[in-house]
Amino acid sequence: MLRSPHRAGLAGALAALLLATACGGGTTRESAEEAGGPEATAVADPDAEIPEGLQVAFLPKQLNNPYFTVADAGGEEAVGEFGGEFKEVGPSEATASSQVSYINTLSQQDNDVIVTAANDPNAVCGALNQARQAGASVVTFDSDTDPECRDVFVNQASAAGIAETLVRLTSERIGGSGQIAILSATPNATNQNAWIELMERELEKEEYAGIELVTIAYGNDDDQKSFQETQGLLRSYPDLAGIISPTTVGVAAAARYLSGSEYRGEVALTGLGTPNQMREFVEDGTVESFALWNPADLGYLAAWAGAALAAGQITGEAGETFEAGRLGEYEVGADGEVVLGPPTVFTADNIDDFDF
Amino acid sequence: MTEPHVSARPAPPPGPARRPALLAGVPARRETSVAGALLVSVLAASLLVDGFATGRNAGFLILDVAAVALIALPMTLVIVTGEIDLSVASTLGLTSAVLGRLWLAGLALELIVPLCLLLGALLGLMNGLLVTVARLPSLAVTIGTMALYRGLAYVVLGDRAVADFPFSWTGGAVAALPGTPVPWVALLIAGLAAAFGVLLHATAFGRSLFAIGSNADAAAFAGIPVLRAKLWLFVATGAMAALAGVFWTMQYGSARADNATGLELSVVAAVLLGGVSIFGGVGALPGVLAGVLLLGTIRNALQLADVPSDTLTVVTGLLLIVSVVVPNLLARAREHRRRRRSAPAGPG
Repeated sequence: MLRSPHRAGLAGALAALLLATACGGGTTRESAEEAGGPEATAVADPDAEIPEGLQVAFLPKQLNNPYFTVADAGGEEAVGEFGGEFKEVGPSEATASSQVSYINTLSQQDNDVIVTAANDPNAVCGALNQARQAGASVVTFDSDTDPECRDVFVNQASAAGIAETLVRLTSERIGGSGQIAILSATPNATNQNAWIELMERELEKEEYAGIELVTIAYGNDDDQKSFQETQGLLRSYPDLAGIISPTTVGVAAAARYLSGSEYRGEVALTGLGTPNQMREFVEDGTVESFALWNPADLGYLAAWAGAALAAGQITGEAGETFEAGRLGEYEVGADGEVVLGPPTVFTADNIDDFDF
Repeated sequence: MTEPHVSARPAPPPGPARRPALLAGVPARRETSVAGALLVSVLAASLLVDGFATGRNAGFLILDVAAVALIALPMTLVIVTGEIDLSVASTLGLTSAVLGRLWLAGLALELIVPLCLLLGALLGLMNGLLVTVARLPSLAVTIGTMALYRGLAYVVLGDRAVADFPFSWTGGAVAALPGTPVPWVALLIAGLAAAFGVLLHATAFGRSLFAIGSNADAAAFAGIPVLRAKLWLFVATGAMAALAGVFWTMQYGSARADNATGLELSVVAAVLLGGVSIFGGVGALPGVLAGVLLLGTIRNALQLADVPSDTLTVVTGLLLIVSVVVPNLLARAREHRRRRRSAPAGPG
């Protein structure tokens, strides 16, 4: 085993290393150079034909997640329309690195298009860039990667569109005046905070002058915590007229609490939810309307974007346009983003048309 | 010190004692069969799966198993002594989180990396002290520190990711040896595997680990410093998990508190598949390397063949059960025959 001379040697080596780096500068955050992905050099040809038999692979955050099952089904529909070959692969756990080996596999199989929702914006970067160098077109949807690592990002809905829709739905329901609260996920969730900020800005508008945002509660995207936070909100603010919960976990938990309480039908609840989670609460009158993008359309658009890339109709530059089947024409925005459109609003009238 | 007693467990097979000293403690059968299984699966995959037998894919495969391989080396020694360390993936995560934090603070990577390795050794030391000084079972200790270290990782970095590492490091981590598709990390693993292999199979210290794993009380009675040996093994495991953490962070270019969640199970699976007995006292390092590669090959080949991930998990689980159950049944059958031939040697 290690005797004292070894130990002294080890300590000495470590000390020397520390000293060397302390004096020598070394690789620090300040000195680091920018990493770059492959640059697009091709020129877009809007009239290019989508080749037959294009191999399109969907790699969701994880398999057996109802949201992605619906999104991928939308992708399959699109791939069928342009005569390609569809497949869906993915990890059973939504961890940051689990997608990397799937990307490598797809690249090894020479797939033409990889459509993915990233579990981590950076962990998949190296693998995606390798796949792009090997000739694959990469589309991200739902959750983007670093823009350096993909050709196009299909955004489910603009943040502004979500904020506008949720504030409008609430205002309609409470008659334009009263106290409202927001039930969010975690205090540092990027999406949530962006939406909350935009909702606050939206509420400053003249037409919403009668609405007062009293507090923001955090349910941590945990069903039970969200349930308790809803309970707490109504205890702290007995005059609360409405709650906006821009998270599927939060809005379902809040609906469950309201549904079993004296506030059912009294407090207006809206937010981002899935039809399957919210169906019973729409039926029992707890919730009148809520919003979400349609994941099937999201996958459908992502597949068309991938085909347009592979065909050379677009390269990911702002201003390029492409046809996306039944959804019509789309334009690539800044940073290679394509926005699906305003969120779909679900009410008692249309909820039975959706199953996800 | 408790009075030495005769273990109810069967003594290790008498075979190794008659073989050359260099091979002492290397039971022949298990690792040969793992190596055979590896060979068969590589051949089968090369023939049946499109895109498997290419240099590029071999590179992907090695990178996929690199972190598991690094941690499996010291884990082999730990399990040979009859202990286990389930905190390794959390040590990896905490190392990754600390790496990210220090990078944000503006330290140089050349300084951060040795600090991270030191941190890993200290985390391992804590496990070791709890096992050897507080005399707690390592299973309980490391289930505790598994949660503790992962929790600390979230304290350090929260649920955000640090990812602005320079490409010279992130690209460098996955770079191949010049002129080959083989990632350089394969050389690192081979070098460390040789070091751990020599330590386990060709030194007095290594032989003492088998004695400890077969019967710790008897080993202590024979003058082997049981606790000190175990302490050092936990320190080494912590340091290697930290090394894997540094590599993981650069490989994926992302320092996160939740990095490698659940990896401890892959490591233990590979070690057991490699022929190391979970009860201690039996095992060989080459077998473990074959086990790591076998799991990697099966996963890689099935993925290339578009087998769904659920099926893949089921296959891996079954393989592991078979690899643990079959030798156990064989050993029991041998024991049964031996007892029928001669009168029982000890109580129980």
